[in-house]
Amino acid sequence: MYNASDLRKGLKIQIDGSPFIVTDFEFSKPGKGQALYRCKMRNMISGNQFTQTYRSNNKFEKADLDERKMQYLYNQENDYYFMDIESYEQLFITREQLGDNVNFLIDNMELQVLLFDGKPIDVSLPIFVNLVVTKADPWAKGDTSGTDTKPVTVETGYVLQVPPFVEEGEKIQIDTRTGQYVTRVKE
Amino acid sequence: MLSLPELHLRAAFLRLVRSFFFGSGFLEVDTPLRQPVIIPERNIAPLQSGHWFLQASPELCMKRLLAAGCEKIFQICPCFRAEERGRLHLEEFTMLEWYRTGADYRDLMADCEAFLRYMEENFRMEFSDHRSSLGKSLFYGAEAIDLTGVWERLTVAEAFSRYSPVTLEQALETDRFEETLVENIEPHLGMEAPVFLCDYPAPLGSLAKLKSNNPEVAERFELYLAGIELANGFSELTDSREQRQRFNDELKYIQENGGKGGMPEHFLQALDNLDRAAGIALGLDRLLMLLLGKNNLSEAVTFAPSDL
Repeated sequence: MYNASDLRKGLKIQIDGSPFIVTDFEFSKPGKGQALYRCKMRNMISGNQFTQTYRSNNKFEKADLDERKMQYLYNQENDYYFMDIESYEQLFITREQLGDNVNFLIDNMELQVLLFDGKPIDVSLPIFVNLVVTKADPWAKGDTSGTDTKPVTVETGYVLQVPPFVEEGEKIQIDTRTGQYVTRVKE
Repeated sequence: MLSLPELHLRAAFLRLVRSFFFGSGFLEVDTPLRQPVIIPERNIAPLQSGHWFLQASPELCMKRLLAAGCEKIFQICPCFRAEERGRLHLEEFTMLEWYRTGADYRDLMADCEAFLRYMEENFRMEFSDHRSSLGKSLFYGAEAIDLTGVWERLTVAEAFSRYSPVTLEQALETDRFEETLVENIEPHLGMEAPVFLCDYPAPLGSLAKLKSNNPEVAERFELYLAGIELANGFSELTDSREQRQRFNDELKYIQENGGKGGMPEHFLQALDNLDRAAGIALGLDRLLMLLLGKNNLSEAVTFAPSDL
């Protein structure tokens, strides 16, 4: 259990069965009165936010969170299978839960999986991933249309804008935080 | 940790505080930080030092000095309050307290006006900032706080009816006084000019005298600048029987909640020799923070806890 005096930015607590992270925190104590702990919190599953003021006698349950290193194996329709690198235990995360992350998942990729109460709720991808371009229009030299990017498709099916010189079969680096092209990768 | 120029400014600031009070005929005193018995206050958690306590305020000793015959005294000292940590709170902070005999809380409000104007003007000179507004405005963030004239005296009841969706009575009945003050009222206080929030409900002024024409409220005020509580002053309760009764209530609450405390007997004895008096505590680190335009108390003290 946490006491109100343990509250601080970044603390993860459990309220009504859901994990919350404190995103903003202010302590106040108006004129010899009760101490107040004003917290802004985000539900780590739904993303919903709320603000609440607590008093020093409030207590908080620790969120049962566990971060594990896992390897992406494969997907079967909407279920994406991962394996714990240490215990070889396997679990799946739905496409919906993964959101945009599915654009960057390739077989055998290692990543961090956040579990709440034993259930996966989030994955942290590497910041940069290298993916093969599977579909690209050829670079028309002397193209005077003035566009300095073109759309390509990578091996995961993700479509993004890249410079016109990128060709089919090449590997490119993508920033998973923004989903944008970084550079060509020569191997 | 303060930079070298800031260290010089803090030293200049403390020198100016002293020069104001010397100039106004106050005697500087220093009293023990460690004491066997401290003021029983339910909302202040003391820090222990051996079997004694570190003071949360020099109030008890300073009032004993008044009872012993001092008329105008001031002190600059560290105070300690357990578990008070935040943008505007440190467990160890620097307090300025001053006391006057033959005075009430209205006299202290006038002191505050003169003191802050003096500090603003002279501190700005330390920056070699000779703007024509010297002593007239305090600039903090986007606010220009007008220090001239007589500052508003706003009663707690008026503040509730002006800024809060509930009245003071409703807030007290539903035990939402502090929450309403912090969420609805404080953000409005002292934005254009400093405000004295005054006449607190009697139970919220444990050592304050009640108003003779209205025993429901205590002659107590808090000074606000830029939504920040800077000082707490009141007309002193000098009736030792009444004071003992109030301390008993506090002690009962503290002991029921697993806290420690005792009756300050020497103080109560001294109170019988004290007539009319008033005293005030002002957070010096907060005032320096305001004058330096800083956002966090940790940026106004020589070493913040995170530097240690």
